[in-house]
Amino acid sequence: MNTLRTLGGIVVNGVERIGRAAMFLSEVVAGSWTLLRRFYLVVQQVYAVGVLTLLIILVSGLFVGMVLGLQGYNTLVKFGSANSLGLLVALSLVRELGPVVTALLFAGRAGSALTAEIGLMKATEQLAGMEMMAVNPVTRVIAPRFLGGVIAMPLLAALFSAIGVLGGHLIGVGLLGVDSGAFWSQMQNGVDFHDDILNGVIKSVVFGVVVSWIAVFEGYDAVPTSEGVASATNRTVVYSSLAVLALDFILTALTLGEV
Amino acid sequence: MISRKSLELWVGLFVAAGILALAMLAFKVGNLTTSDVLDAYKVTAHFDNVGGLKVKAAVTMAGVRIGRVSAIGFDPERYQAVVTMDIDGRYRNIPVDSTASILTSGLLGDQYIGFEPGGEETYLKGGETVLRTQSALVLEKLVGQVIFNKANEPAPSK
Repeated sequence: MNTLRTLGGIVVNGVERIGRAAMFLSEVVAGSWTLLRRFYLVVQQVYAVGVLTLLIILVSGLFVGMVLGLQGYNTLVKFGSANSLGLLVALSLVRELGPVVTALLFAGRAGSALTAEIGLMKATEQLAGMEMMAVNPVTRVIAPRFLGGVIAMPLLAALFSAIGVLGGHLIGVGLLGVDSGAFWSQMQNGVDFHDDILNGVIKSVVFGVVVSWIAVFEGYDAVPTSEGVASATNRTVVYSSLAVLALDFILTALTLGEV
Repeated sequence: MISRKSLELWVGLFVAAGILALAMLAFKVGNLTTSDVLDAYKVTAHFDNVGGLKVKAAVTMAGVRIGRVSAIGFDPERYQAVVTMDIDGRYRNIPVDSTASILTSGLLGDQYIGFEPGGEETYLKGGETVLRTQSALVLEKLVGQVIFNKANEPAPSK
């Protein structure tokens, strides 16, 4: 009897949390409109979650591209089609690795920081203090952080893919001796703007919304103690990584299913 | 705390770099510049066999891309494939008796449609059909033919 009750309690709590998160998102989106007048708040957050994440994104993008160049070359050269290396590198980056790896790094670097910051604001009663002064903490604190994440994520993913292609070019053309002209022309023949690049951009926008949403919600919903903030930060990274990977499968299935 | 001026500068740099990366992906990595067929008109052709031809394959004349395949369908009355092509509006002087053949780039490359110009003075218009076509070469049929010919050859005399 008791175990059944615990199970029911877990389900009810989970559904309640999802409902709270959805209502919270609608509140944040509604609060975003007033931010157009105070856009500097968003610019500050784009700096915090975008510019400060830039270095890790660029370095990992370069290395992912270089590894793709090495691995792809060793497989393709067996079939005598090493000239397609550019196509392989660009397609893997633009379609999958760019948005997904960027979102995972973004969750680890920026999402956890957002949760910890908001959670600590709640634990030290700064959010309650704002409400006392008739300032809505959702529009003043949460919405700029959410919008900053949504703006920064597609730009970071595009930078990741672009620098990854350059990394693949560095290894493929510079080190392994693939012809530079074939590298670029095969890439341009095979990569379609709508089917590949636009889909990658859509993916990164969706991931940006989901990761920022989870991060600000976990922070706002955190138990206001030091353990509460710690476990909320932990949950942000775990949930956003799982959500990104699951959504990636769904989005890929949707876009490839139409072809 | 970073000053407002340098913060704005960094964010501006970041956004500009991101947009630049997107533009590079679109123009350098993707085919945004080449895939657009402007002011296109449609031409159809019947083929006995399209082989591995795909939608968006190139349509070329003298090796230069003049359009792309927009649809491939099946005509149940003639048991033939119907290929619809978008031809760039800049090339309106394709003679009506031109031949469209399905060719392969390289030994194992993609298949595309190549036009051989005919001698007529009247030109193809939108919605018209190319009458002279040549189907794709299917490797299995070729191999079969070679074996058949070999078997029919008289045995070499000793």
